[in-house]
Amino acid sequence: MNRDFRLSRRAVLASGLALGVGGLVLPVRAATPLKVAGIHASPVENAWNSCLHKALQDAAAEGAIEYTFSEGISGTDYPRAMREYAEAGNKLIIGEAYAVEKEARQVAADYPETAFVLGSSGAAAGDNFGVFGTWNHDGAYLAGMLAGKMTKSNVVGSVGAMPIPEVNMLINAFAAGVKAVNPEAKHLVTFIGTFFDPPKAREAGLAQIDAGADILFGERIGTADAAKERGIKAVGSLIDYTPRYPDTVFANALWGFRPILNAAVADAAAGKPVGKDYTAFGLMKEGGSDIAYAKGVAPADAEAAMEEVRAKIKSGAFEVPRDTAEPK
Amino acid sequence: MSIVLDIIASSGLWAAVLRIATPLIFGTLGALLCERAGVLNLGIEGIMTFGAMVGWLAVYHGADLWTGLLVAALAGAVFGLLHASLTVTLGLSQHVSGLGVTLFASSLSYYLFRLIVPLSGSPPTIEPFAPVNVPLLADLPFIGAVLSAQTPPTYLALLLALLLAYVVFRTPLGLAIRMTGENPHAAEAQGVNPMAVRYGAVIVGSALMAVGGGFLTLSAFNSFFPTMIQGRGWICIALVVFASWRPGRALFGALLFAFFDAFQLRLQTAVDGVPYQVFLMTPYILSIVALCVMARRARVPQALMQPYRRGER
Repeated sequence: MNRDFRLSRRAVLASGLALGVGGLVLPVRAATPLKVAGIHASPVENAWNSCLHKALQDAAAEGAIEYTFSEGISGTDYPRAMREYAEAGNKLIIGEAYAVEKEARQVAADYPETAFVLGSSGAAAGDNFGVFGTWNHDGAYLAGMLAGKMTKSNVVGSVGAMPIPEVNMLINAFAAGVKAVNPEAKHLVTFIGTFFDPPKAREAGLAQIDAGADILFGERIGTADAAKERGIKAVGSLIDYTPRYPDTVFANALWGFRPILNAAVADAAAGKPVGKDYTAFGLMKEGGSDIAYAKGVAPADAEAAMEEVRAKIKSGAFEVPRDTAEPK
Repeated sequence: MSIVLDIIASSGLWAAVLRIATPLIFGTLGALLCERAGVLNLGIEGIMTFGAMVGWLAVYHGADLWTGLLVAALAGAVFGLLHASLTVTLGLSQHVSGLGVTLFASSLSYYLFRLIVPLSGSPPTIEPFAPVNVPLLADLPFIGAVLSAQTPPTYLALLLALLLAYVVFRTPLGLAIRMTGENPHAAEAQGVNPMAVRYGAVIVGSALMAVGGGFLTLSAFNSFFPTMIQGRGWICIALVVFASWRPGRALFGALLFAFFDAFQLRLQTAVDGVPYQVFLMTPYILSIVALCVMARRARVPQALMQPYRRGER
């Protein structure tokens, strides 16, 4: 018994020594990739989270960062996960503050050495709490320009989750694109009241088709399934849905997280404060967002007109209206 | 007003009603069967999630769609066995055990899905059930258009409601189930084994719930997401009360709820100037109103949530 105790004390001393040496070694390894953690409130298959997750995975594969992540973290658990990743020595934490705006800022204040850059509807806070929005409305506007020329019934529809500013801006941009080329077109909007219910989004899409829509803008996954079932065309958002619905989704308002991530990683690695708004890095003219479309589906003149505006957006000569009011 | 009438007169609305109602019919019938035998099964939300996952997974790995539904049913039966052993044999709190089953089954679905299906941006798909035309029925005016938009599991759900109503009210087995839910001591005095009846009801009921979940990934959609049940299981629990524990009314309740949901999706695009939240609320508000009206005459199975211990008074 006594012997056991001595042994364990020796083990404790040894481990202390090991930790000390580890501390000495650390400065030598300064060139190692930045430790970045991702905290996803939804499963990473969720389109928005998949944008973050893919950018982080790609960066890790290139050796730019070291990436660990958790997914499906509920709001009540989110601050705890933030603290654990901060305690674990991560230098940059990427995630989403939408459900925990206040708590996330409190956690960040407790860990001034850790950089937090989260998707948020609010403003940056302090030196170490940065925010970003999801602005892929440029692509939505361009897709709307194609849809406006393609509709035969002169009715298009959008299915969204909830009318939060970012979703509103996206749907309004699509509608503005449609109206820009086809002022007579009618635009239907349905909100499904939840961020994640594909069967419900599909039902909302079918209801719009029943009401005459012949092109659907699916802010939510499930909408394109309705279009596929009825043999009409659809527009996707955030990621490229064309491989999933090859004959249905002809255009996508893509959003890339990589430019935002690169900027945040560069700041965090250089020890610069990250307490700012990174949204602009996701804009089209910064290379963050774009339109991906299958050529030849829309009329050639519609594609040409759209490409012209696309070039103007990229050069900064044209700015897509940012309207965050609830679409109607 | 004419907009509202136009919507109600459209076959698209009624086709949507049947589609939205199908998972609710399966789930409500399953919960009803459990409760008729005296066991509340709050495992429903998790069992539906697991059924959605495992049914989809079977098809993804090459099984046909009906086998997928069968696999879902079997998996649901296993969770039913778990819930029954906790609540019937051990006589534990049915609330706690049921919620435990829900947490366990949904987490296990998530875990197995991650383990088996490679991580990708957008989850892999299967080819779901396609709508079928039933000869004669499809030729009927209006009803034909509504029915020809439905997939086979919807027909199964409708037939199942009739079958369950028949079994519960017209067969010795149904009498045994009802007796066990009302007074298990009296049932035992009549030579019925209340333990066996409860086990059977919970296992079969849970299998039905899982089939309801399977419908969501094998017919309503073609992929599985860990959070896709979205409270449909809890709606089923409320529908059982609404139905006063009668299968026919359960069918009616599920259709009514689905009607309000399909209706509000159409009103949102047809009516201007009303906040969309009002429409989203309607199925729930009207369900509560209907619940108040119906529940006045509801007869709760007298032994519901009471564990049966042989020889105990």
